[in-house]
Amino acid sequence: MAQKLVVIGNGMAPGRALERLFKLAPDAYEVTIFNAEPRTNYDRILLSPVLSGEKSYEEIVIHGDDWYEKNGVTLHKGKKVSQIDRAAKTVMAEDGTLASYDKLLIATGSLPFIIPVPGRKLPGVLTYRDLDDVNAMMIAAEQGGCAVVIGGGLLGLEAAAGLKQRGMDVTVIHLGETLMNRQLDFAAGQLLKRTLESRGIKVITKANTKQIMATHPSLGGQKVRAVALEDGTEIAADIVVMAVGIRPNAHLAKDAGLDTNRGILVDDKLQTSDPDIMAVGECVEFDGNVYGLVAPLFEQAKIAATKLAGEACEGFVDKALATKLKVTGVDLFSAGDFAKGGEREEIVLRDVGQGVYRRLVLEDDKLIGVVMFGDTSDSGWFFDLIKDETNIAGMRETLIFGPAYVADCRPAAPVRSNSTYPATRDIAA
Amino acid sequence: MMDKGWTKTTCPYCGVGCGVLARPKADGTTEVKGDLEHPANYGRLCSKGSALGETMSLDDRLLDPMVDGRTATWDAALDLVADKFRDSIEKHGPDSVALYVSGQILTEDYYVANKLMKGYIGTANIDTNSRLCMASSVAGHKRAFGSDTVPGAYEDLELADLVVLVGSNLAWCHPVLYQRLVAARKTGGTKVVVIDPRRTATCEIADLHLAIAPGADVALFNGLLAHLTSRGKIDQHYIQEYTSGFGDAVKSANSLSMEKISEVCGLREADIRQFYELFEATEKSVSVYSQGVNQSTAGTDKVNAIVNCHLATGRIGRPGMGPFSVTGQPNAMGGREVGGLANMLAGHMELGNETHRRIVQDFWGSPGIADAPGLKAVDLFEAVADGRIKAVWIMATNPVDSLPDADKVRAALKDCPFVVVSDVTRHTDTTQVADVLLPATAWGEKDGTVTNSERCISRQRSFLPPPGEARPDWWQLSEVGKRLGYREAFSYSGPREVFAEYAAMTGEENHGNRDLDISAYANVSDDDYKDLAPFYWPQRHGRGRGVTRFFAEGQFYTSDRRGRFVETPFRAPSSRVSSDFPLVLNTGRIRDQWHTMTRSAKAPRLTAHYAEPFLEIHPIDAEKYGLEPESIAKVTSQNATVLLRVAISDSQRPGSVFAPMHWTDQYASLARIDSLIASHTDPVSGQPESKFTPVAVEPYAARWFAFAISVAKPELPSSGYHACAPIKAGYRVEIAGVEQIDDWQDFADQLFALGSENDEVLTYRDEKSGQFRFAHIKDGHLAAALYVSKTPVSASRNWVANLLGAKLEPPERLRLLAGRPGEDMPDPGAIVCSCFEVGVNQIVDAIMKQGCTSVDDVGACVKAGTNCGSCRAEIGKLIDEKSVSKAG
Repeated sequence: MAQKLVVIGNGMAPGRALERLFKLAPDAYEVTIFNAEPRTNYDRILLSPVLSGEKSYEEIVIHGDDWYEKNGVTLHKGKKVSQIDRAAKTVMAEDGTLASYDKLLIATGSLPFIIPVPGRKLPGVLTYRDLDDVNAMMIAAEQGGCAVVIGGGLLGLEAAAGLKQRGMDVTVIHLGETLMNRQLDFAAGQLLKRTLESRGIKVITKANTKQIMATHPSLGGQKVRAVALEDGTEIAADIVVMAVGIRPNAHLAKDAGLDTNRGILVDDKLQTSDPDIMAVGECVEFDGNVYGLVAPLFEQAKIAATKLAGEACEGFVDKALATKLKVTGVDLFSAGDFAKGGEREEIVLRDVGQGVYRRLVLEDDKLIGVVMFGDTSDSGWFFDLIKDETNIAGMRETLIFGPAYVADCRPAAPVRSNSTYPATRDIAA
Repeated sequence: MMDKGWTKTTCPYCGVGCGVLARPKADGTTEVKGDLEHPANYGRLCSKGSALGETMSLDDRLLDPMVDGRTATWDAALDLVADKFRDSIEKHGPDSVALYVSGQILTEDYYVANKLMKGYIGTANIDTNSRLCMASSVAGHKRAFGSDTVPGAYEDLELADLVVLVGSNLAWCHPVLYQRLVAARKTGGTKVVVIDPRRTATCEIADLHLAIAPGADVALFNGLLAHLTSRGKIDQHYIQEYTSGFGDAVKSANSLSMEKISEVCGLREADIRQFYELFEATEKSVSVYSQGVNQSTAGTDKVNAIVNCHLATGRIGRPGMGPFSVTGQPNAMGGREVGGLANMLAGHMELGNETHRRIVQDFWGSPGIADAPGLKAVDLFEAVADGRIKAVWIMATNPVDSLPDADKVRAALKDCPFVVVSDVTRHTDTTQVADVLLPATAWGEKDGTVTNSERCISRQRSFLPPPGEARPDWWQLSEVGKRLGYREAFSYSGPREVFAEYAAMTGEENHGNRDLDISAYANVSDDDYKDLAPFYWPQRHGRGRGVTRFFAEGQFYTSDRRGRFVETPFRAPSSRVSSDFPLVLNTGRIRDQWHTMTRSAKAPRLTAHYAEPFLEIHPIDAEKYGLEPESIAKVTSQNATVLLRVAISDSQRPGSVFAPMHWTDQYASLARIDSLIASHTDPVSGQPESKFTPVAVEPYAARWFAFAISVAKPELPSSGYHACAPIKAGYRVEIAGVEQIDDWQDFADQLFALGSENDEVLTYRDEKSGQFRFAHIKDGHLAAALYVSKTPVSASRNWVANLLGAKLEPPERLRLLAGRPGEDMPDPGAIVCSCFEVGVNQIVDAIMKQGCTSVDDVGACVKAGTNCGSCRAEIGKLIDEKSVSKAG
């Protein structure tokens, strides 16, 4: 008889895990999913194209209702789990829906970080995590007006670009000196800033938000009016998108007494401190790291599913990550570790005129990090070099120019080396 | 003559003397092609000749007379020259002045120069750079024949069954003559023996290459004479009837045993015997010799040792037989004919011969005639150095670079009270030490005649007006002659008049007892001179064309009309290698450059063959002295040090190194090769030993290497190694230095003299590897690029060079910094065929991918080698190499 598997959360990581599980062991579990959102599984990575209008919601759905039906999955849409009873091996949703489990998979994802400034709870202050956020932004954008995006990271910039495309007057305010400072170095950040500015997005870096200001109550209900910075600057805002980062959503697990830190602590097989409970996705913490990009989440999903299927598999390894900013017309790629330091060497290529920038970070003749801006055509190749830990000593001179040069890394001599002539033939008798 | 705008003229480069058709185009450039009717080349041209049209720009032309660096009028400049010469003659005698001329001036110029000095100023202190080139041949000819006579003609190379090339890289230095030999060999199976310490391009057609120890030729040919004698393969009749001195010569030749010859020559006895037996067995044998023979302290003996063998076998003056000196310069022969050397008079008459002096003086009606030989080139500049010569006029040559002990020559000229330089180029190492510069007409502007290596006199015709104030050399000399008071003697209206006077003189009291007689042209009219077709001398007055060849039946020009065997005991070169200077430096030409590059370096496709000075060294020696491939070598002799790019090649003998003679301070930082060479000369000919200099080599401790291209002329660093070569859209530069450079961006800005903030700069930095690359884009076009590396820069130089000035699309901009085109865009590689600009990689592709197995296949496939043919040897080598690697 099938065991009961309960999944809390219906994002991309559990979606991928279930796909694999059904492939490995189609009849092993009777699956129940609690989804806090009132919908099926969709591709969050593609929210930005939805925001910008390049895609519709339907186009980013991963699993339609028929998929759940076909796989015999009970999907509780719009039901947020409020409690895990480990002793009873049950979970209960806010509305009282109860489900018992033999195995529990927690995939509660992450929560947007809200900076603790006055006015953060005003109507018009949005985050950018799910389709509801996107819908809210789209509705706001219909009125036109001004949007302020707080946070010049990946999500913030995608939101800014989307809102700009929707016709809003957009300002990005960013605490650091460099946009996307987790993925870009200063030079690339500058190029990115210039590119965004050329598209009409205002960017203010080294900007510390002091307060989100409200409209006067007399104007028919308080809502956001402006963002005030520490230096006194006030930026008009009809909406404010807070995109300063995420943190693992581990409350539920913590409340249930599982070991947590920043996230839910898991081992390399995604096992929590309770042998019957696993966790995947942005809510977990492994080896001190938390995750926000899709590649490691899919890797986790794969491992969790294999384990659930009762099969042996390799443990999770924290691997190099690659980032692409999904803003049309801005080609940007970042992978691996590109912090300066110690034995690290770098190769930098710049074409300021064309807005092209590439930086490779090397250690022990291996590529460990790459930042590309303006021309990301060979990004996959670089990413593979990082992942495969390829020794690049033999192609260093042309490495940054991509795979088309690998075969042509031979030294091209300054003088001809072909100035020798053949020994003469023996004289004929 | 003028056919659809084409002018028939003669190539200004080597002594083959090819006919060229030239036509100025509306855009100011000139097109050239080979003259199908010229008997030297029948339409062929070599890579240099084919590129003549690219050398016609007025960049760096001297266009005005200059005195002390300031522009002057002709009158002022000429008055000054005449005054200074007159002063010196009055105060210190006529021997205190000198004229140093060149095998590149025309016969008419040469004639007037000689007349002025020997007849009117009254000194024989006129010598020529031909002294550096073929003086030993002249001396050898005179010793053996009693006259400076080349006995045969080019067609003898085609008619011969055996051609022995001694000290001649014919393929590169006389490419059209080489091509004639190649063609004849193809149909007639001519055997070719190359005697050269280096395995040169010429060895491509060699059935036997004797990589002889430098300077050992006399021993080899003495041995040949002894061998022929002992085998009875001598022509007793010829020896008895037409010669003298055979017995002594053989006795002398016999003094070396075969074992000793083998040791001296560094050759296996079996190889030597193979050569001897081949010569013995082949009646139709021609021995071609050039600088490898002449530029030696035993140069004259080398010539006579070779000539002895031809006299002993009677193989001279008959079709397909004879010794054959090929000259390096377009008018070395013309110069010899009109007495351009310090020990000769015009018309092949002898300064030391009283009758000849009288004939010449009477003919000129001159106030005097020099009666003692003047100073030969090396001695002449020594006299400048020690103050005996106080005023010197240098014409069309660059002695600061080309004479041995060249630094001393430069110092001597700097200290000389009065130096006049007539040239076409504003900036040469020699114009820099001149007090007066006189702008001369260049090829294409000047008008007169030249004589090639087979006694063929051809016209160089003008097809362009002289630019600026440029004037012919004969005019400059005549104007000074007039100012010295000899108005009548120098009132020539043009070159025709000079030529006619010279032609008349050759017939003066000449009853067949002087070889040179072209008195048939004594009355040549303006029209006839204008239309003068190439002709061979002698052309005696009233007797039309004379003999084609000389000495088949004796009739030498000695007092008893017998040819002379000359005893040539073997002598080692003057210098010896030592533990301090363990290697022997050989110098010479490369295929695509000419002399000190003032003309040939203007043609971008000629700099693509070799763009910088180099040292060819055997792998064993490179390893022994720690020279890495493509690094920079410091080459030191007793006299000086130069810096050269290392080219490791097993075509060198271990113990020998080779460097080209072309580079000057105008194109490289420290590569004036003649600064290394000692001023040892041949005791008879006075020709310096340019091919045997003991040197030491060591790595130049470069911290960095750089390669750059730039539209504007780069501002090169004042120290370290660098070489600059013009390319299509600007310049390419190689640099290496020992100094730490902290800011390469700053270095690039200084190099390219860029200050404009509008330039887009592309950068590549790999600090750890010391790799920095910069490209400057101006208005979308590539203005400059710099590649820096801790090791010799690897970049596809010709590919990069071709992008200079081009509008670059985004992917190309990145490729540019890669320094190579990447997989999807093949790199043509270093240019092998300069006529069609075909690179080594394209040729390799034709061999490997298209399956070409012969030079002709490659030609059909990629056109390489189908015009001038100068590169056919290199293509052949690639085929050999690649077919081996294919089979392997």
